[in-house]
Formats: sequence, C-alpha cells, structure tokens
Amino acid sequence: MSDHLFEYLCRMGDNTLVLGHRVSEWCGHAPVLEEDIALANTALDLIGQTTLWLDLAGEVEGAGRNADKLAFHRDVWDFRNLLLVEQPNGDFGQTMMRQFLFDAWHLLQLKALMGSSNAQVAAIAEKSSKEVTYHLERATDTVIGLGDGTEESHNRMQAALDKLWPYVGEMFVSDDVDAAMFDAGIAPDPASLRPAYDALLDDVFAAATLVRPQDDFGHKGGKSGKRHSEHLGHMLAQMQWLQRAYPDATW
Amino acid sequence: MVAERPTLETIWSWLDTVPDPEIPVISLTDLGIIRDVQWQDDTLEVTVTPTYSGCPATTIINLDIETALRGHGIEKLALKRQLSPAWTSDWMTDSGRAKLEGYGIAPPQPAGGPQHCPRCKSTHVEKISQFGSTPCKAQWRCTDCLEPFDYFKCI
Repeated sequence: MSDHLFEYLCRMGDNTLVLGHRVSEWCGHAPVLEEDIALANTALDLIGQTTLWLDLAGEVEGAGRNADKLAFHRDVWDFRNLLLVEQPNGDFGQTMMRQFLFDAWHLLQLKALMGSSNAQVAAIAEKSSKEVTYHLERATDTVIGLGDGTEESHNRMQAALDKLWPYVGEMFVSDDVDAAMFDAGIAPDPASLRPAYDALLDDVFAAATLVRPQDDFGHKGGKSGKRHSEHLGHMLAQMQWLQRAYPDATW
Repeated sequence: MVAERPTLETIWSWLDTVPDPEIPVISLTDLGIIRDVQWQDDTLEVTVTPTYSGCPATTIINLDIETALRGHGIEKLALKRQLSPAWTSDWMTDSGRAKLEGYGIAPPQPAGGPQHCPRCKSTHVEKISQFGSTPCKAQWRCTDCLEPFDYFKCI
C-alpha cells in the first residue's frame, strides 16, 4: 500500500516537475514579454507543487529522501510522469497546446483529489487547484486565440494538436497503482475523468476552429516508467547536471 | 531571558510590523498568511500558510518571522506550515487593501478584476495578462490615463 502511494505521489510530482522544467525553458525566449512572464509564473507554480508532492512521497517512502533528492538523484527509468509533459516545447503554439491538454486533465484530477481519504493529498490538491484554475484559463484563451487566429497560427495549432494527441490517452488508462489508490479512496479512477475532459475539449476546439483527431491510439509507458520517450533523458541531463557533477552540492 | 512570557496579543502586534518581503507596504498580518499563534508549554508555535506554492518569498517570510520574534526575546519558536484551508485573497485585511491601492497595486476584487485604476480611479481598465511580476499579481492597464498597473489576483 505505501509502495503504491509512493508511486502515485511520484506520478503527481514528476508531472509537475517535468512540465515545470519544460515551461521554464521559455524564460527569456517567449514571443512577447507578457507571455514570457506568464510562462515563468506557470513554471514557478508547477515547481512549487512538485515540492509539495515529492516531499510527501519521500515522507511516505521513509528512506530519508526529500523533494530535492527525488528530483535530482533519479534517472529516467525512475521517473513516473506522463509522456505528454516530457515532449519538447516545439513552437509557442505547441507549448500552449501541450499546456492546455495537460491543464484540462490536471484541474479535473486535483478537484477529485480534494476529496481524497488521505488528508495530506487533499490539502496539496486544494492548494494546487487554485493555481491550476489560472493555468487552464490562460491556456484555453491562448488555444482559442491562436486556433481561431490567422491562417498561419491556425495551421500551427492544428499541427500541434495532431502531434500531441497520441499522448492524451495515457492520462485515462488505469493500472495496479491507480486501482490500489481508487480502492483506498485516495484517488479517482482515471477513466472517470474522461467525459468531463472530452466535453471541455469539444467546446474549446469548436471555438478555436480546430479538429479533434479521429484516431484515439495512445502511447503508454510514462507513468509506469516502463518506456519514456527519448526526450526525457536529454531534459534530465540539463536539469540534473550540477547534482550529477557535484553530488549533494549546496549553497 | 524574558521573565514572563508575552501575551498572544503582544505577539500579534509584533507580527503586525513585519513587512511582506515582496510588497513591503503591507505586513504579513495584512496579507492574512499567519493563521495561528499559540503557546505550547514554553514554545511559541506560529502557523503560516503560503500564498502560492512556488512563491520564493515563502522562505524569506519564515526567516523574517523568526528574526522578528527572536529580536523580541522569544527563544523557543516553532513555525508550522498549513496548506488547508488554502490561502485566499479574502483573508487580506481592509487596511491591507487600502495600503496596496495607495502603493499603486489594485486590491483583489470578488468580480475577478480591479474596481478602478489605482492612480486616476477611472473604471475603464483592461487586462494585459493574467500573470504579473510575482505569482500573486496580474497586469492590467487603464484606458483613460494609459498607465499599466499591477492587480492583486483574487484566489
């Protein structure tokens, strides 16, 4: 049970850690100053949430690891994030499409976790959901603005959606860890979030004049850690280089 | 050594004078992030809730509380973090709201946007971005005096 809870908390924390790092890669590079600041703020929220999830994971594991140890001293095969969040930024439109596809799931997930039988999980979800409400609002506005924008921005948003769609399915697939969390009343059944997710996407894509891909094939292997995409290792090499070169360095 | 331990009222009055590190015009108590102050035997327990989970000011805030209370002779001190109930801008005091506006930051409103421009008081304002210079603020602009200004987000 505590093994499953540890795994589950790593999934939550690794999602926000990997996406937070990806989004922070935009710092100083976004198309306009306001977007640069918004992306940096979103990354900051996600990294803050990571600290809460991974500190709790370390506490549950009871092996003396905290959020920093888990973030910087694990390699690719120990990461439990969704494949979606490790995908490269691409252009600004692709980054915002990835953010929208994740935020829409993230907020539903956090709202469900607010009713968790585990009080610490419920408290982190309550705190995070307020921040993620803002993320989803902004990602929604941007997807609609660019999708229903110029021919160039529309085509790029449709291409981003087509490219990222095969990574959506993994969010709703259940495995042993999910089943154990559901049985213990700690977390929702992933599939139960799908109808609300689809309804939101249908509304937003209609307003954005984007077409949802027909094929629901989904890549898997991120949250189980069995098969990450080739991109995660490169990202970790950059994120973890200091702790790899100088283990346990502090300032 | 303090001969008699200070009353909770006195301690709250000390905390009233500790400024927010990012927006020094308001105090930590104006912000509403100090949730409780209690004596547990001879240890003073102060319960603090973060505004945003990634806010870099959180560690500085804890350090400032500790420095202030130690400066008043408190020797045994424990800082507790409380996540639930999550901080809401509704906990900001009225005097805190007035001080924010005087400083040029529009205070949070339940309607989700600023009531008026903190400089010229015009109600003709528009949103530039949902995010601003710190996690707790958004960027707005007055369409009359044309000045951009910070709006303290309502969460």
